[in-house]
Amino acid sequence: MAFAAFASTAAPPTDAPPRRRSPVALLLLLPGILYLVLFFLAPLVSLVLTSLQAPSEFGDIGQYSYAFRWENYVVVIEQYWPHILRSFGYALTATVLALLFSYPLAYFIGVTTRRWPLLQSLMLVLVIAPFFISFLLRTLAWKQILSDESFLVTSLKAVSLLAPDAHLTGTAFSVIFGLTYNFIPFMTLPLYTTLERLDLRYLEAGNDLYASPVQVFRKVTIPLSMPGIVAGTLLTFIPAAGDYINASRDFLGGADTQMIGNVIEANFLVLLNYPAAAALSIILMTVILVIVGVYVKRSGTEELL
Amino acid sequence: MATGAFADRGADLELVGIQKRFPGFTAIEHLDLVIPAGSFFALLGPSGCGKTTTLRLVAGLEDPTDGRILIGGQDVTTQKAYQRPVNTVFQSYALFPHMTVLENVAFGLRRRKITDAVAKAHEALRLVELDHLAARKPVQLSGGQQQRVALARAIVNRPALLLLDEPLGALDLKLRRQMQLELKNIQEEVGLTFLHVTHDQEEAMTMADTVAVMNKGMIEQMGSPELLYELPRTAFVANFLGQSNLFTGPVVGETSTSIAVDVAGRSIVVPKARSHRHGGDVTIGVRPEKLSLHRDLPAPDSASNVLGPGRVTDVSFTGVSTQYLVAVPGLGTLVVFEQNRSAGPIEGEGDEVWVTWNVEHGFGLDDDPAAQTEKFVADTTTQSLAAQRRADLLTELEEA
Amino acid sequence: MTRLSLGKWLLPVYSALALLFLMIPIAYTFVFSFNDSLKSNITWRGFTLDKWLNVCAVQNGAVCEAFGNSLLIGAVSTVLATTLGTMIAIALVRYRFKFRAGTSLLLFLPMATPEVVLGAGLAAQFLSLGVPKDMLTIILAHTMFCISFVVVTVKARVAGLDPALEEAGRDLYGSPAQVFARITFPLLLPGILAAALLSFALSFDDFIITNFNSGAVTTFPKYIYISASRGIPAEANVIASAVFILALVIVVTAQVSAAARAKRQARLG
Repeated sequence: MAFAAFASTAAPPTDAPPRRRSPVALLLLLPGILYLVLFFLAPLVSLVLTSLQAPSEFGDIGQYSYAFRWENYVVVIEQYWPHILRSFGYALTATVLALLFSYPLAYFIGVTTRRWPLLQSLMLVLVIAPFFISFLLRTLAWKQILSDESFLVTSLKAVSLLAPDAHLTGTAFSVIFGLTYNFIPFMTLPLYTTLERLDLRYLEAGNDLYASPVQVFRKVTIPLSMPGIVAGTLLTFIPAAGDYINASRDFLGGADTQMIGNVIEANFLVLLNYPAAAALSIILMTVILVIVGVYVKRSGTEELL
Repeated sequence: MATGAFADRGADLELVGIQKRFPGFTAIEHLDLVIPAGSFFALLGPSGCGKTTTLRLVAGLEDPTDGRILIGGQDVTTQKAYQRPVNTVFQSYALFPHMTVLENVAFGLRRRKITDAVAKAHEALRLVELDHLAARKPVQLSGGQQQRVALARAIVNRPALLLLDEPLGALDLKLRRQMQLELKNIQEEVGLTFLHVTHDQEEAMTMADTVAVMNKGMIEQMGSPELLYELPRTAFVANFLGQSNLFTGPVVGETSTSIAVDVAGRSIVVPKARSHRHGGDVTIGVRPEKLSLHRDLPAPDSASNVLGPGRVTDVSFTGVSTQYLVAVPGLGTLVVFEQNRSAGPIEGEGDEVWVTWNVEHGFGLDDDPAAQTEKFVADTTTQSLAAQRRADLLTELEEA
Repeated sequence: MTRLSLGKWLLPVYSALALLFLMIPIAYTFVFSFNDSLKSNITWRGFTLDKWLNVCAVQNGAVCEAFGNSLLIGAVSTVLATTLGTMIAIALVRYRFKFRAGTSLLLFLPMATPEVVLGAGLAAQFLSLGVPKDMLTIILAHTMFCISFVVVTVKARVAGLDPALEEAGRDLYGSPAQVFARITFPLLLPGILAAALLSFALSFDDFIITNFNSGAVTTFPKYIYISASRGIPAEANVIASAVFILALVIVVTAQVSAAARAKRQARLG
């Protein structure tokens, strides 16, 4: 539905500067901005504060008092660096896979079916259809489809494409598979938006200027769809890096596939080790912001909002 | 030869029995055309006449349903666009927005792995006087500059054949004139074969040595601009290239050099050399600027034709000339252009006038009037032109 | 242009297969809503309409209660987020003000922040302030992450709105309030509706942030998460499938009627 919102992230910037200054602007902005300050910025601050807390001297488990324990960060990095690395590794792999999966699909919908607008919009509906069904249920459906007793796995084993004692669920494969599947629409939609606006006359011009179809694709189509590629990879990478459902043991993950999100959840909600959870969150957010900043700067598309 | 080296001169273009069908309609029924090397050839016609399709077929951007395309004697029908020694200046210019002007111009050279691509690109930019903007992106250029970059990007490859797809359509009048001149200069300088597609008759006439008027997927007439204007072969050509007053009637007299046609009771004389048909019903015509208006019935004169009396129904002053509409009973409305040699219009609305013209200025069409008499009533001219103009505007709007 | 595709049929066939792939878990969920299952819904035991007819019967209506909570939370946070977000969007496009870059950044950041960080941050805040986690904290959280998406959606619509229309309204003796009610708002309505739908969808399907801020309250996704280890009843599939069908009908109807409108306009033009 909806996810037209991402579509519009790539909308052409309307550069006409607004002309009026008015106190009305303040009235319109203030409630929403105040809300975000209270429920987005302030929580980030308390997350930072929490990450530096020390256990209360006389408290029970889960009782902490404010301190400046920078060591918390050292401790969580020492303890959880495999999870941190794994998170970014899985997210990166899933992003690349989703890009490879989505680009041809988005090209077909955005370029080839242009002449049939109804078909085009119905295909788009199918792309976002997974959003209409619960994220958790569709992940569970994959768990069942990939489970050891499933038709798929037994058949693969029957034809010896899979070792008899192999599993699909609970492996890095299934977690990356789940991440890829779940975030494909986030990749396809922005790609579609730029490709839908791709002026085919540029491709013809390339063709006219002695570029073979492969060269046209590399030199013209890809550069011109860069805004969609940037938006899509970010919209896939960010939620994938922080996800903990796919990697959860009750879903597609196993003991060796836990990601940073799983660790944050466990520390916060189960172990009640709030400083550790907070420190991990800050690390996750910082790394992502750095990656986003560098990436957006290097690809030269800074008009994401 | 195609992608290897520069063409050292323009090449002949030959279209043999070309047909192009799209799902639902036929764009080109049957087209045979030879464009000699080094010529500046214009395909002129209203939108939807098949001229752009023809250009795209030559460029290799569409495949013909039937027929062959030869460039310099070599059959290129099955070659892809990027294999043909042909370059196009696109109507939209299609300058790559993610590359600088220089990168745009060097694009084709680099694809063909030609050495000194950058130096050659600079040279082409100097030719269009834009070398100082080489580092800019296309969006930073004005329409006229973009057009020149598009031209440089095409000619830098020294194609055997340069295709121009209404490249001046988006420019304002002054820039257009300037570019027309520039194109002509460049052609004389580099000696390429130019194929220019346009719906603008003035553009075609000022620039091309040969003009082919296209209508409904067929070539109606081909020749020098002067020939097409002076001796149009069909009513379509007579009305598409400028305006014409057309009359239909039976041939009632004949001498060794001329025929006389009965038009609403008056005998109108046309030289045989200027008429395609010499017997039966014929359609004859005369251009509005060849007509003169008289307040009194002029004395009979074997060198001029006379129609009238008629009544002036409209006078519009256009500066250089004044356009009169004269309603002649039994004939319809005639369009007359009078040069404004004296100040202001000389006739007023409602005046009774006679219309005369020199016998040598009339022409006779090849059309068979029996087939389609209705169409040749004189005042449909302006209406059909208006309808054409409206259709053009609509397509323009749709594209925008 | 056909030449530029990977071959005439390769791309269409790939696309059809890709879309089919995307549908697999949806079809699976739908099919298993008809499974005559016992406690867990893993193996196929036979077709029944029973689960569709008695959705709320299982576990004393726990599924339906969770579903109801999700609807309520979705509705309230949608109204809040759409109101706040629309106001910001109008201000961003129509007015000049200081701290414009800061405002844009503040709106962009929630979208660039992983949900787990948003969830943990709010939870840490509620914890340190001693706020008990319940329905209210969920609504506050959902409203927060929906605002940015509303702004982005409505902003596109406001930007496409010719300011001359509002000026014409003022010129024709409309007071600012009248101009907003009779011109600006009706013209923005499609964008606002789209934003509201998006916001509802985001809230309804959110689990990660909810999990950190829900306390004892169970939403529909949270219910599934909790039940995942011991088996999900087919009734959950029924509800998810029904929501899916409803959403699909809404969207397809909108698309088809938009296409029909476009066709009508093309014929008129």
